[in-house]
Amino acid sequence: MIIVADVIKKIKGTAEGIRQDVLQGRKAELEAPVRSLNNVFYNEKDGYFELKGQIKKRTLTANTVKTFAQTLRVMALSKNLIETVDIATKREAYYVSKNWGEARFSEQPESDAVMDDIEAMFGVNREQLGFIADEHGGSVAGELIVVDKDPNTGKELKIDCTKFGSGSYSIPSDVEHLRFETKAKFVLAIETQGMFERLNKHTYWKKANCILVSMSGVPTRACRRFIRRLSDEANIDVFVFTDGDPYGFLNIYRTLKVGSGNAAHINEFFCVPRAKFLGITPRDIEEYKLPTHPLKDVDNKRIKDGLKNDPFVHRYKSWQVALKELMQKGKRAEQQALAKHGLNFVISNYLPEKLKDPKSWLE
Amino acid sequence: MEKKEKGDKGAEKTVSLDSFTDKSSIDASKITIKDINNPIIKPVNKSSTSTSNSQTQLSNNSEIKPEKSSANAKAHELAKSQREISIAEFFEKNRHLLGFDNKRKSLLTTIKEAVDNSLDACEESDILPEIVVEVIEMGTDRFRIVVEDNGPGIVEKQIPKIFAKLLYGSKFHKLKMQRGQQGIGISAAVMYSQLTTGKSTKILSKIHPSEPANYFELKINTQKNEPEIIAKGTKEWHKDTGTRVELELEASYTKGSQSVDEYLKQTAIINPHVTIIYQPPKGEQIMLVRATDQKPKQAHEIKPHPYGVEIGMLIKMLSNTTAKNVKQCLMQDFSRVGDKTAEEILENSSMLSNTKPGDVSRDMAEKLIEGIRRTKIMMPPTDCIVPIGSELLEKGLKKEVNAEFYASVSRSPDVYRGNPFLIEAAIAYGGTLPKDSSMNIMRFANRVPLLYQQGACAVSEAVSSTNWKQYGLQQSGSNMPQGPVVLVVHVASVWVPFTSEAKEAIAHYPEMIKEIKLAVQEVGRELYKYLSKKRRVGDELKKRSYIELYMPHISDALKEILSLTDSQKKDIEDKLSILMEKTRGKLEDMSFDPNKNEEYDEDFANIGKEEEEEQEGNDYDGYGETIEEKDSSKKKSKKKSKDVEGDE
Repeated sequence: MIIVADVIKKIKGTAEGIRQDVLQGRKAELEAPVRSLNNVFYNEKDGYFELKGQIKKRTLTANTVKTFAQTLRVMALSKNLIETVDIATKREAYYVSKNWGEARFSEQPESDAVMDDIEAMFGVNREQLGFIADEHGGSVAGELIVVDKDPNTGKELKIDCTKFGSGSYSIPSDVEHLRFETKAKFVLAIETQGMFERLNKHTYWKKANCILVSMSGVPTRACRRFIRRLSDEANIDVFVFTDGDPYGFLNIYRTLKVGSGNAAHINEFFCVPRAKFLGITPRDIEEYKLPTHPLKDVDNKRIKDGLKNDPFVHRYKSWQVALKELMQKGKRAEQQALAKHGLNFVISNYLPEKLKDPKSWLE
Repeated sequence: MEKKEKGDKGAEKTVSLDSFTDKSSIDASKITIKDINNPIIKPVNKSSTSTSNSQTQLSNNSEIKPEKSSANAKAHELAKSQREISIAEFFEKNRHLLGFDNKRKSLLTTIKEAVDNSLDACEESDILPEIVVEVIEMGTDRFRIVVEDNGPGIVEKQIPKIFAKLLYGSKFHKLKMQRGQQGIGISAAVMYSQLTTGKSTKILSKIHPSEPANYFELKINTQKNEPEIIAKGTKEWHKDTGTRVELELEASYTKGSQSVDEYLKQTAIINPHVTIIYQPPKGEQIMLVRATDQKPKQAHEIKPHPYGVEIGMLIKMLSNTTAKNVKQCLMQDFSRVGDKTAEEILENSSMLSNTKPGDVSRDMAEKLIEGIRRTKIMMPPTDCIVPIGSELLEKGLKKEVNAEFYASVSRSPDVYRGNPFLIEAAIAYGGTLPKDSSMNIMRFANRVPLLYQQGACAVSEAVSSTNWKQYGLQQSGSNMPQGPVVLVVHVASVWVPFTSEAKEAIAHYPEMIKEIKLAVQEVGRELYKYLSKKRRVGDELKKRSYIELYMPHISDALKEILSLTDSQKKDIEDKLSILMEKTRGKLEDMSFDPNKNEEYDEDFANIGKEEEEEQEGNDYDGYGETIEEKDSSKKKSKKKSKDVEGDE
């Protein structure tokens, strides 16, 4: 990945370009790749969504002057953070903007979008700009030792993820410096904190010799990067266990595995090509006779959109079939629905059976 | 006050009622007269249940025709109370038809008729008009009105008939663009004066500087519709020529949009060549000085066009013609009929060209009308219409209204029913005009302001059926548009089709409505252009201040990132604003400048505006109600709608 000095160079270079444009009476421009599913293709060899190369040019006009000013302001803030070896959460950065008079952001999504733009513009990730996520990256429990550094002394620090009892290890926002020691056979990435707690309480990780990661919805970048590095360095598989609904399939699983359109410029580092979808599949709903809820409008829309626009879905017939099947059933099932067969049915039956049968997985 | 001047005796005629009904909107089924030379109306009972002798029916039959034998005896009894009524008597009882429905309106109508006549006379004689109007309060609801002009005067012999005989005048038989039409107006005022005060009307008229003025005191014998001379003589008068009429009447004076003040002001707006000296009952004399010395072009008189002639008119023309045969009559008495066209008409009517006019029966006349309809005849000449001109119209509007935008149009003439007409329109927008009111319409017909009956007028229909949203104004459905707008519409024609003798509203001829709409749309488009430009400039201004808001942040951020000095930062700021000016261009100042309109005359604009307007129509005294000229249900609904709506 790009080193810190390069980031400052990029910021200065862009600013100088704009300055020269203005001084020489040209229209100043900012260029960034278009951040959407339309501008990515599925790089099957490396297993992630790669940018196609559509560039968004933002010329300094009446309509863009505010964003233009804000982008430069955030770049200045980033430079400042890097130079002082400090960080700001996205929320904090949003509050810093309140000093900028008319150029302040009125809602956090505005400042988040500007950060994403700058990332894409420079091809770096947000953490390298000095901005970190507001929430923690996810919880980890199981057969893993994380090698970190003491923030004060810089001394090596070994964290044993089997020793948190009923608690868990929390993934930091920056995972680049971590190293891993593990003999686990696989990583199980779980959608809900509740399911993670159940498996952790019954030390499922011991039974199955695995590492449990709770994603709490769509995994944060730190969580994605953590899983990716873990899977790369330990050379182990990743199984994803979500609700049986389009959100679980497309937003959580697909983002973890191949990345997203919005953050396509960093997918290369944040994808987990080895991830496999364990459940809950549409087939599971039948086979385990799971209680269901009807699909909502937004679910149907998500399925249609996925079938139409998602390069990943386009690539895998099995996903097309699964999505169509779900839509046809008009039903979705949550992870917790397995509790119908007993609270620990998931540990005693579901996970062992699924893990044994690769045909029941989805790509 | 003159209906006819210059001593041209031959042109003055008594207008018979049948030809009157040809042109006017009085329903011929309600007033029809058999004897075309004698304007006498004979009453016939129609309603057998009615016993009141005040319920006089008008019929075209001088004989009593009992409707049923069972009603025979009753009919004979009723016949005793049935007698002839004269046109004067008829209007005496139906004076609302002439604009005398209430005290306030009576004051306006009287002055309007006198001033209209004066202006017509001056224009015909190519004199720059100078009109003096005095309104003197004599007591409660009692006013003396004096209207004096510098016109050509009236020959002695004609004075009594002009002022004291209804339907007498020079204008009815003429197809010419002028204010008066029927020869009813001023004599109706004389009659109203006599009716409400018992006093005679005093006339002073001088036709030559070296001769003394003729003086008359006149009344109308309403039963005979003939003048009654109360006093007569000569007087010295300081004027070279001119006419002065003085009458007393029951009336009331208020200001507001339907007042005498407003009427005179609008008259000055639409007749920029006229000077009016006005003494209102209270307050100082008002001088409305002419804005131009240029007299309007003389309007030509034209012969009737065959398409505009109806059967009664045709019979009348045939009986009055000097031509030896029908073909010759068609050629000499009508416009646009040459030898070939006349032959064609006769062929289409299966009539011999040498038929004597006197031999044409009613049936033959009908065939002739049919023949005319089937013949293609060139439209009448339209140079007989004298427009005010878009420039003068706009100038007049500017005097009254201090707006930010004006536009005007004078369309080319068109024809309805064989009568040439022309529409002019002007619009004023914004400035000092009130923002959240309906569009204010000023209507004019042949240079006369129309203050009443706006709702019933073709102009209103044309305006409200126009889609003003596409011109940038608010409008809900087919209502009057909303916004700070004044619209002026002038209808000029050799024969303006009014809905009633009071000449308050223009009748709804489709050709006319279409032309009015076209004129209004034309100024509407100009308004739209202006409003779009204004909006563009407004948007641009907003954008610019928006840009200026964020530009400092760009230079601030660049300074921070690149560690620039203050002067380097200043450099960027300067260059940025130059860049913006260069790419966005110079901006036109569209804000309203109240001193820009040099024509605007605040004192003038305030005439008639000082007091709250009084709802009119409630002092309708019901005078004309006793005559049952309509079946009762109709009358009731009319009366009811009057109560509800007032009268504008």
